Amino acid sequence: MDYTGKISRQVAGIPRSGIRDFFELVQGRDDVISLGVGEPDFATPWHIREAAIYSLEKGHTSYTSNLGLMSLRKEISRYANDFFHVDYDAASEILITVGVSEAIDLALRALIDPGDEVIYHTPCYVSYLPSISLAYGVGVDVPTTKRDDFALKAEMLEAAITPKTRVLMLNFPTNPTGAVMPDDELKKIAALCIKHDIIVITDEIYSELRYDEKEHLSIAALPGMRERTILLHGFSKAYSMTGFRLGYACAPAPLIEAMMKIHQYAMLCAPITSQAAALEALQNGDAAMNEMRESYHHRRDFTVKRLNEMGIDCHAPGGAFYVFPDIRPTGLSSKDFATKLLEAENVAAVPGDAFGTAGEGFLRCCYATSFDELKIAMSRMERFLGSL
Amino acid sequence: MKDPLLTLLQSKARYSDAELAETLNLSADEVATRIGAREKDGTILGYQAVVDEEKAGEAGVTAFIEVTVTPERDGGFDRLAMRIARFDQVVSCYLASGGYDLLVVVSGKDLREVASFVSQKLSTLDGILSTATHFRLKAYKENGFIFETEELEGRLPVSP
Repeated sequence: MDYTGKISRQVAGIPRSGIRDFFELVQGRDDVISLGVGEPDFATPWHIREAAIYSLEKGHTSYTSNLGLMSLRKEISRYANDFFHVDYDAASEILITVGVSEAIDLALRALIDPGDEVIYHTPCYVSYLPSISLAYGVGVDVPTTKRDDFALKAEMLEAAITPKTRVLMLNFPTNPTGAVMPDDELKKIAALCIKHDIIVITDEIYSELRYDEKEHLSIAALPGMRERTILLHGFSKAYSMTGFRLGYACAPAPLIEAMMKIHQYAMLCAPITSQAAALEALQNGDAAMNEMRESYHHRRDFTVKRLNEMGIDCHAPGGAFYVFPDIRPTGLSSKDFATKLLEAENVAAVPGDAFGTAGEGFLRCCYATSFDELKIAMSRMERFLGSL
Repeated sequence: MKDPLLTLLQSKARYSDAELAETLNLSADEVATRIGAREKDGTILGYQAVVDEEKAGEAGVTAFIEVTVTPERDGGFDRLAMRIARFDQVVSCYLASGGYDLLVVVSGKDLREVASFVSQKLSTLDGILSTATHFRLKAYKENGFIFETEELEGRLPVSP
């Protein structure tokens, strides 16, 4: 059967992910040291896994409320207050989702009509533009640059705003650059959103993983922004719980209600076992989280130092667990560089153009891998550079 | 905050000075100086491998002995505890709260050796009121190491 006419034009129009292409190159090769992952290298802390097991043992295997367990929403409300300094009502302003990925999809579908423009900054997480397209929105890409340490510049944002702009998507610290936003620039962006009546979707998934000694500031915490911000967060990165697939959205009740309308029919609720694990993470997970963060911090410093020593220009990103070195002086495109590095030295790192054209000339290296492997990877990379 | 150098050494004492220097962003000389100072002031007492004795083939016998003692006017439990701790057979010795005073970990090549240490040396000391000996049957975790390797499987080599 010919399926070409059977797939919706919207889906058929979404290009293949650059990550998938690269994944297929890597798969099947032996002895690869991968800096290509987008998740922590720790297993979920045992006390969190144990809480999930206990919940299964007790027979907690039912649906939960569409919004999620009330006990978890209360704990999220407390956490959001402590960490982001924003108040959300557990009963009406918090929705538990299947990862931040689902929450992004819900937020976009809840907010935009066909043809509405959504601004996002690049290089960015691979799902943003496809999620906008699947919601029949028009993605408007604002590039960030190495000169600004990949922070979003308010003037660049302003230039992209049109009467059709409905939503701004933010993700700081950023996958793939590790960028963080300077507070004053974030305030300028908030002012623009208020002036142009734009709703902000802020993906805060890496917000605990900061190494620059600054307190994380979410745009939701700025004056006048709580009412126009959907704050998305989850457990995958800070608590090393990627496979649990658990995230949440915090926003004013009418926005949560709109997202819940989709969630209740598409997903019904997030898995109860994962919700039990998340509750334990919020109640008792700080120590384990801090330990993991410290370990990433060491590895970031090491990776940045080694890359610069071997002559690759790489700034120390303020957050997440990625570095985004500049490989333009080699004269190779990021795809060629990554492919040759893989073929010559069995080191996998994701070409920057997989995260948008603004990522061309860069490489995403995830340092969430064992220190011993990281050291070998750096030596192999050094040898590779010498061979060019 | 605890010195990250100590945390690293506690996770793996065999890191070389150069490796520690890399991780901590110090020079190898600085690392050596700091370790030297920690050894000198007694913060670092020693370095040892955590060995699965059964796999090593020389399991021997280990016992946990609960000891109750009469505290002394000057120094409480310290003099007696140190006197016990100095025996080579004693691996660890702690003062504990609860139903007994000292928890003494003793190892020997067989049951008889440990039993004879308890009856001949330990329980005959002045001030010892009672002992209760528990022989170790199986180890599941020691000094932070689980007695089986936990492998994190299934992380994709490339993911978004």
